[in-house]
Amino acid sequence: MTAPTAPTTIDSDEVFTVEVGGTTFELVCGLEVHAELATATKMFSGAPNRFGDEPNTNVDPVTLGLPGTLPVVNERAIELAIRFGLAVGAEIRPSVFARKNYFYPDMPKDFQISQYDQPIVVDGSIELPGGHVVGLERAHLEEDTGKSTHVGGDGRITGAEYSLVDYNRAGVPLLEIVSRPHVRTPEQARQYVAELRAVLVAAGVSDGKMEEGSLRVDANVSVRPVGTDALGTRCEIKNLNSLRSLGRAIEYEARRQADLIAVGERVEQQTRHWDEDSGRTSKMRSKEEADDYRYFPEPDLLPVTPDPAWIDAIGAALPPMPAARRQAVADAAGVVLPDETVALIVERGQDSQALDAITAGADAARVLVHVSQNLAGEGGASVAPDRLAALIALETSGALTATQAKAVLAEMVGSDATPEEIAAAKGFEAMDTGALEAMVDEVIAAHPDEWETFRTGDDKARGKLTGFFVGQVMRASRGQADGKAVTDLLRRRSGA
Amino acid sequence: MAERITRDDVAKVAQLARLALSDDELDTFTGQLAAVLEHAEDVAALDLADVAPTAHPLQLGNVLRPDVVGPTLDRDEVLAAAPSAEDGRFRVPTILGEAP
Amino acid sequence: MGESFISAREVAAGVRAGEWTARHVADEHLAAVAERDGEIHAFLHVDPDAVRAAADRIDAAVAAGDDPGPLAGVPVALKDNLCTRGVPTTCASRILEGWRPPYDATVVERLVAAGAVVVGKTNLDEFAMGSSTENSAFGPTRNPLDPSRVPGGSSGGSAAAVAAGFAPLALGSDTGGSIRQPAALCGVVGLKPTYGRVSRHGLVAFASSLDQIGPFTRSVADAALALDVIGGHDPLDATSSPSPQPDHLAAVDSGVDGLRVGVLSEMLDMDGVAPEVVARVREAAEALAAAGAEVVEVSVPAVIYGLSAYYLIAPAEASSNLARFDGVRYGLRVDAPTTNEMMVATRTRGFGPEVKRRIMLGTYALSAGYYDAFYGQAQRVRTLIARDFAAAYERVDVLLSPTSPTTAFAFGDKTADPLTMYLNDVCTIPSNLSGDPAISVPFGTGGDDLPVGVQVMGPALAETDLLRTAAVLEGAAP
Repeated sequence: MTAPTAPTTIDSDEVFTVEVGGTTFELVCGLEVHAELATATKMFSGAPNRFGDEPNTNVDPVTLGLPGTLPVVNERAIELAIRFGLAVGAEIRPSVFARKNYFYPDMPKDFQISQYDQPIVVDGSIELPGGHVVGLERAHLEEDTGKSTHVGGDGRITGAEYSLVDYNRAGVPLLEIVSRPHVRTPEQARQYVAELRAVLVAAGVSDGKMEEGSLRVDANVSVRPVGTDALGTRCEIKNLNSLRSLGRAIEYEARRQADLIAVGERVEQQTRHWDEDSGRTSKMRSKEEADDYRYFPEPDLLPVTPDPAWIDAIGAALPPMPAARRQAVADAAGVVLPDETVALIVERGQDSQALDAITAGADAARVLVHVSQNLAGEGGASVAPDRLAALIALETSGALTATQAKAVLAEMVGSDATPEEIAAAKGFEAMDTGALEAMVDEVIAAHPDEWETFRTGDDKARGKLTGFFVGQVMRASRGQADGKAVTDLLRRRSGA
Repeated sequence: MAERITRDDVAKVAQLARLALSDDELDTFTGQLAAVLEHAEDVAALDLADVAPTAHPLQLGNVLRPDVVGPTLDRDEVLAAAPSAEDGRFRVPTILGEAP
Repeated sequence: MGESFISAREVAAGVRAGEWTARHVADEHLAAVAERDGEIHAFLHVDPDAVRAAADRIDAAVAAGDDPGPLAGVPVALKDNLCTRGVPTTCASRILEGWRPPYDATVVERLVAAGAVVVGKTNLDEFAMGSSTENSAFGPTRNPLDPSRVPGGSSGGSAAAVAAGFAPLALGSDTGGSIRQPAALCGVVGLKPTYGRVSRHGLVAFASSLDQIGPFTRSVADAALALDVIGGHDPLDATSSPSPQPDHLAAVDSGVDGLRVGVLSEMLDMDGVAPEVVARVREAAEALAAAGAEVVEVSVPAVIYGLSAYYLIAPAEASSNLARFDGVRYGLRVDAPTTNEMMVATRTRGFGPEVKRRIMLGTYALSAGYYDAFYGQAQRVRTLIARDFAAAYERVDVLLSPTSPTTAFAFGDKTADPLTMYLNDVCTIPSNLSGDPAISVPFGTGGDDLPVGVQVMGPALAETDLLRTAAVLEGAAP
């Protein structure tokens, strides 16, 4: 069978570069993400798909590849693959399972059933919160392997005395999502994986838990001199267990390759292992010595050609994806994307709360601030949208200062009291304009030198001293003053 | 048509298939495989560019299984059949190298 | 003695009617095994106590007024590549010696549910790779009709068990003729159903896209009954046909009046097909014409490529199917310092020469650079063969040919050169490639007085046409 692929890079506003010996190299990176699917059972049998159970308890004859057993495709896994495909705007294609043949003790049949030249999902894209778009070449279904524990030595595979194999994970459905080489900075790589995870979770495809191995990332890294088009030789980096590792490993690997080329050496196509402790990648094996996988169509399975009506129904039931949700919040709030606050709100799943509060009539800018900064606690602290709107109304009317509003909001979480009641209980009362003016004048009088500089200084000096005077007034009012009102007064007094 | 299979090819294939062959066996297999492949020349010589391959005699598709948990095996029974087991797991000698 | 040569239908009828007990039937057959299997070696495993206990359960059901089913008390022999829960299943290979599966094959469940009593597990060429049962790691099976001859293969033990009166019914598997050829050589009926008609769940795979389970019987009606029991959809096999099964037994005696029969000309002209075998096929055609069939000669040109395509496809699939025998989870392990060396040592000691040869051939056919020339091309030939068969089946309902080019041959006759042995399957292979059903029915003998089998082939799911044709030949056999 013939392998697919034809990579093309795309432009990005930002490109990570490394300068060595007068030559500037740029990063070209593609990512392969394996996502375990949120099914009840395995890809090809009814054994439970469950993490953390006693070893070798979630196994049936198919899981163990016992002689005479046959695989039967899990309908739900197909549905989840379709969901993902539709969520990333991809095409859903008729697909064929193949056998990838290699001997390894964690692979019960010594071949892996995987879609090869006819994957179910083809040609989608993911828009990162920062605005960059990463193309997806394909996503295909396959089965996971078992897990080995190494005994003796330092617990790693090398130097171990012997190994123990648990097949609970064997046969768990995996979606392998292959990006195009559109990732141009380590930060984009992190954003890509975070966004992909958000899409997978939003679509109910995977629980996305990197720490449990539900999401595993390999990075294909190459570099090339800036201004050239041909792709450099790439290395595949494995063992990237966190977003932090991902960014560090890509950066390290790009530098390593640039250093090699700069001294006239060739980058060898390799699979490399990331070591978090040393912060380095090291060679696992070269592609030249790679196994010959002898792919051929899996004779025990028939092609899967999803009915268009089924695909439509799955699409209709799909919840909005993060990119659309960011757009919805931005539209409601009158903000232009990319916007970090909006991205944060959607990432935390607080967008419906924000949208509802805006719909309930609250000032959009204040909603975004409160939701992103003051309701950001673990477990997604939230208050009903009408109550949030009521609080913000007090703030915009001048009845509460920003600082007071924050304090009231903190009390509102987990309480049924109205914002007015909480404010009253806390003794917050809006300061009378006359009282505030008097207080500002007192502060000015007490600091004549600063005031002179404020009045006559440049913007920089003014900016610095605004903070000083507002701070003084705040201290004098014990936090009851509205910072914005103080700033306005200072400007008026200075005659600006 | 592919070249006649060589002794080196046979040695490489044995390695892929995880079989150790003696020198005599290598010679015998090289001759025997060459004879079978030669017989297959009639097939290799056909011009079938516009004939679609049949992976399967059944022209069926979309055979799917509901995502419903079924029975699992008894671990003790499974491990009792294993050549070596320890701590609820299958025991194997040192593994050289990570999975591909 | 006596009941060991009556038909499965008669055994079941007698048990259901209370004429005799399943225990009596079991004892008769066990006695036959005890008397003669030392010589024949049809079985790799027989547990007489378990057989009697199973028979007693059938008798208890009858005594309680329950109907144990259409195979009540019928002794059944199972090829030892069919998984039987808690009972050794070796595939006649050292690599699986002592392995007891934790589950039953679907066909085994269905037989037992229909009241059958499993007598034992029968010998085969290791992993069903062979045409003489000489490739068994546990020694060959002898042909009950002439113990100096092979019983054919790979299901030689099952064919011999039925021919020797050890059981009226046995199951085998047919990947390239492994039911039909030994049936022909042992003078019994052997049916390879349509691919997908019988679930493969629990059949240790040789070549997944070709393998099919089927019965050996001494009568065509018994073959129909067996198919009625073991056939039909199974959710555990994704390649199992969802089509409902007709009542095959009811159709057996409907004759061939008006049936269009084609004599497959290429298979009479093939190298190595003995003139006496050709003569029996022609006589069979005449017998069918005499019974009212319309007989013509039909060409299916692509069948001449069948053997070559088969010996690329079957080993390729086998090389992958047999990878799992690696010493990690079950079966043989030969200790070595590293897992990779352990796998090599285990497979090298555990597999016999023919299995290694086919694994090598298949690995080569799939390897980088050769896929298109070998496996890919063979799959295209498969399309040609299916297409030519389909064209023939527009003109005729069934096709007639020899099953095996010759009658049973002597031990060692064809072991020196693998290709000579492979040529045995030249007439049976095309039906595996197309997935269509075929049956071998005894029809006369060759010059050595050993039986000749005539093969009747038909389009997918046309088993009833094959069975009624075979039944007419059974009645007209010289």
